[in-house]
Amino acid sequence: MQRIVLAGLFGLIFGTGIAISGMINPAKVLNFFDIAGNWDPSLLLVMGSALTVAAIGFRFVLRREQPLLDQQFHLPTKRKLDVPLIGGSAVFGIGWGIAGFCPGGAIPALGLGDVSAWAFVAAMIAGILTARTLRRFAQQRVTQTA
Amino acid sequence: MTEFTPIPALIGGSLIGLSAVLLMAFHGRIAGMTGILTGVLPPAAKDWGWRAAFLLGAIVAPILVPILSGYEVPFASPVPVIWVMVGGLLAGIGVFFASGCTSGHGVCGIARLSGRSISATATFMVAAVATVFVIRHVLGGF
Repeated sequence: MQRIVLAGLFGLIFGTGIAISGMINPAKVLNFFDIAGNWDPSLLLVMGSALTVAAIGFRFVLRREQPLLDQQFHLPTKRKLDVPLIGGSAVFGIGWGIAGFCPGGAIPALGLGDVSAWAFVAAMIAGILTARTLRRFAQQRVTQTA
Repeated sequence: MTEFTPIPALIGGSLIGLSAVLLMAFHGRIAGMTGILTGVLPPAAKDWGWRAAFLLGAIVAPILVPILSGYEVPFASPVPVIWVMVGGLLAGIGVFFASGCTSGHGVCGIARLSGRSISATATFMVAAVATVFVIRHVLGGF
């Protein structure tokens, strides 16, 4: 129960940060990417401050044996660069550049009730489920041929 | 046209970072929207409860901000809804294969100096800048 309530609180902090910073606002995000036009550098400061706080905080947190409410830290184990990472990131970047929403910006934007946020999240979920099906299909073919 | 807003940017960014530190300290989890969201989509992960709570908190936040602080959250989408959906579909496919997005790779991953996250972030940032350049300055679109 404690885990659920605290996760809700941390989500609230995350969403407040997204809303105040401007990451929630596609017009601002797109102007950040538009370096040849009316460039708005605000999001550089958003990324910079988020990174600074996270980097300092993680240094202390990850020094511990385990998190406060779990047996272990759940960190990614992959180290090498691969095609899904870079290809997927490129496709994500194109989608972000078209819509002005990223997942972390769009989920809090749902709360504003604007149709564009709901349209983005619905399409994004369809994309995630499609990709998951594609990968499962590819993995089955690999195991069948092996 | 949007104005340069350094103070809200710094406050908001710090809160995003704080949320990531707290979720790591208590739950031992990366505060990445892709991973948290994917875990609640059917078939949901066994630990979907905290994920759903995090998402709910994130959705409620922009409703509470103006009520509690009086700060009206600026929002405008200049993109036609059909293109927003095209972008959403591409973003969903992309973040799934990349195992992360701006929050997971761009904030949490780079903060851990992960080579994969640094490469992913550089890739999606360059792709987004290139896409906006083509749409606005080559095609003359939104």
